[in-house]
Amino acid sequence: MRPFDYHRSDDAGDAVKAAGEDGALFIAGGTNLLDLMKLDLMTPSRLVDINRIGLDEITETEAGGLSIGALVTNSDCAADARIREDYEVLSRAILAGASGQLRNKATTGGNLCQRTRCYYFYDPDMVCNKREPGSGCSAIGGANRIHAILGASDECIATYPGDMAVAMAALDAHVVIEGQGGGTRTVPVREFHRLPGDQPDKDNILEPEELITHVTLPAPARGRHIYRKVRDRASYAFALVSIAAVVEMEAGKIASASLAFGGLAHKPWHDPSIDDLLTGEAPSDALFEKAADILLADAEGQGSNDFKIPLARRTLKAVLRDATGECS
Amino acid sequence: MTDTTLRINGEERELSADTRTTLLDALRNHLGLTGSKKGCDHGQCGACTVLVNGRRINSCLTLACMHDGDEITTVEGLGQPGNLSPLQAAFVKHDGFQCGYCTPGQICSATAMLQEVKDNWPSNVSDSLTGKAELTAEEISERMSGNLCRCAAYPNIVDAIREAAEADQ
Repeated sequence: MRPFDYHRSDDAGDAVKAAGEDGALFIAGGTNLLDLMKLDLMTPSRLVDINRIGLDEITETEAGGLSIGALVTNSDCAADARIREDYEVLSRAILAGASGQLRNKATTGGNLCQRTRCYYFYDPDMVCNKREPGSGCSAIGGANRIHAILGASDECIATYPGDMAVAMAALDAHVVIEGQGGGTRTVPVREFHRLPGDQPDKDNILEPEELITHVTLPAPARGRHIYRKVRDRASYAFALVSIAAVVEMEAGKIASASLAFGGLAHKPWHDPSIDDLLTGEAPSDALFEKAADILLADAEGQGSNDFKIPLARRTLKAVLRDATGECS
Repeated sequence: MTDTTLRINGEERELSADTRTTLLDALRNHLGLTGSKKGCDHGQCGACTVLVNGRRINSCLTLACMHDGDEITTVEGLGQPGNLSPLQAAFVKHDGFQCGYCTPGQICSATAMLQEVKDNWPSNVSDSLTGKAELTAEEISERMSGNLCRCAAYPNIVDAIREAAEADQ
């Protein structure tokens, strides 16, 4: 690990100020950042410790939703009585990720910023455009079993590995961000992460000194909440395909549907035309096939991950059967 | 160098170390507490699991300087030869290990895990998120999935945890 200057902040304003210099990074749980720093894949000159700035509570909003502080741990978020009751898909998604130890450390803000698990990103002996822009992509034509089938570019086929943000995308949560001088902006989770394009080193829309302070959830969405994660082992593994679904039925028809997908792209994937297709329709396998056709219209396998295309189709059909009350 | 005060197993300890020192390295190399083990050093195996303010974490993935004033419990603080904690005794009784390298992490992890169940935290395999958390074998396996055992003593680990949990009811 490279040497760095350590600064502990006691409020958000001080943290943003302290992060104003080049090469500074915030550290919260640190479970991803320290992992990467040990391999010299991230080399901050300064760490700004934000663990004692507060922002560790979940409060109710005027809009009838919840505001989750950026420092609320994954464990506390998943175990919160209001989230378990009203946002089951979010609890389920968090509990499907990582291990008990990691969830006790990982935070709401930090988890959104989790970096890809592409093997080549982690291997300093291999070229990687995400790690060193312009150096090339080893995953294209390489071992790419876990890689993207949607929204990839010629420069990067990495996926966003998290579960929590997939549920947040289905719930249409928003990220509240504080910048220099105390100004804030709010960005939908659906627009927080980027597609790689020709700038795969940039995972999301955060500017260097900007700090996530909260994630807000809208008023609870009624209906069935499902998070289904398909992976290589039953626990403690990243998703090959995951689906967060919130589906409400009324008189035998789908009254509303909101779906988001993990493991398929450089960001939690949300396609409003899938939600629109389903809304107002009676559930049927033909309808679910159409939803999968929309999801996978532009899907492209890279060789080792070709299986994700039929896997995503089957998982989507299974989730929709489950969500609409038909036998799965 | 950064000065940090840690309260470890009930005792205040001063640490003066490079900011890069992980909590695990501080415990093992600076403070003489070698019960916590370094396996992967990347949060994948759980051998380094300790309790910080009562919660289990991977001590390899956190910096010692981030824990100024925190209460740390290592396997040495759970019990000692002749005065084993119920979980330690159950691991011995059920042969919940072979080489023993992962065992301190398993025991620290299980200690905190049982508290999480008492606090009614759900898990990925819980049917209901709002019901009472039950400690089935499936639940134990899921909740302990952050602790790998290369000797694959898993069935005996599950038995040991189950017995300790039942004795504690």
